[in-house]
Amino acid sequence: MTRYQVAVHIVPRKGILDPQGKAVADALHTLGFGTVGDVRVGRHVVLDVEAADPDTATASVRTMCDKLLANPVTEDYHIAGVTSA
Amino acid sequence: MKFGIVTFPGSNCDDDAYFAVTEALGASAVRLWHKDHDLQGADVIILPGGFSYGDYLRAGAIARFSPIMREVIAHAERGGPVIGICNGFQIACEAHLLPGALLRNDSLQFRSQMVTLRVENADTLFTNQYTAGQLLRIPIAHGDGRFAIEPEGLERLEAEGLVVFRYADSQGRITETANPNGSLDNIAGIINARGNVIGLMPHPERAMDALFGSRDGFGFFESVLARVAA
Repeated sequence: MTRYQVAVHIVPRKGILDPQGKAVADALHTLGFGTVGDVRVGRHVVLDVEAADPDTATASVRTMCDKLLANPVTEDYHIAGVTSA
Repeated sequence: MKFGIVTFPGSNCDDDAYFAVTEALGASAVRLWHKDHDLQGADVIILPGGFSYGDYLRAGAIARFSPIMREVIAHAERGGPVIGICNGFQIACEAHLLPGALLRNDSLQFRSQMVTLRVENADTLFTNQYTAGQLLRIPIAHGDGRFAIEPEGLERLEAEGLVVFRYADSQGRITETANPNGSLDNIAGIINARGNVIGLMPHPERAMDALFGSRDGFGFFESVLARVAA
């Protein structure tokens, strides 16, 4: 068994109003970053997981996302990276 | 007939709920700790307001896995009444006792104020002492109260009369300015299809006496008492 560090991005689903993202986008526009379009603010979660291999570590984190880390009604997630811890 | 009021770490309206059903309503109640595995014979469970587990991750997400919730979910599955108020509504959604989710208010501000609610469905276990269209003055106090659900889910709620309360103006009109948090269709409270689980962001337990500025929450608990005790 090896310890892996698995990182997950969780963001509000497209089409769901994200007032935080909108406030950030407005502030960026005020600062002159006119190239910025849509902004969504989410969470970045880094988990230290023991597993036989990276795929198993990723699969277990996906299950954790489905059960707890993300809300399937309003959020999407994707695995941002897996490295040996 | 006995109410059971759950206290999670971070609950802060458990005392208000206890006062509402005991001193104001005159019913009996038992306090339940989140680590309990037993509902102690309670007939109606109240998941109170507050900030369980500091609202970490998402409001209600962690409380949903508290030991007591296993019993609360089983109670709901047997048809037992469950009331989720504010944080309790968020917990009930996270526990899939109710559809949808509660997101950050569109204003990004915590809203603590009196609101007007319009009773949309007066034929439920929790609203039978009201009349359809009746306007209630009930306080809200939340930062994450924006009700969201996928379009098919919303259609179902509306078609089946599962929207119980809506934010309205003083004339009973459902307007954008009367909506304190950006909830879809001004939804303030919903009930499940079976009719035994209700969730609402406003606090009827804080509107039990004229001293509180409103007594309009009384009918909510009186409704439950009328049905369950009968």
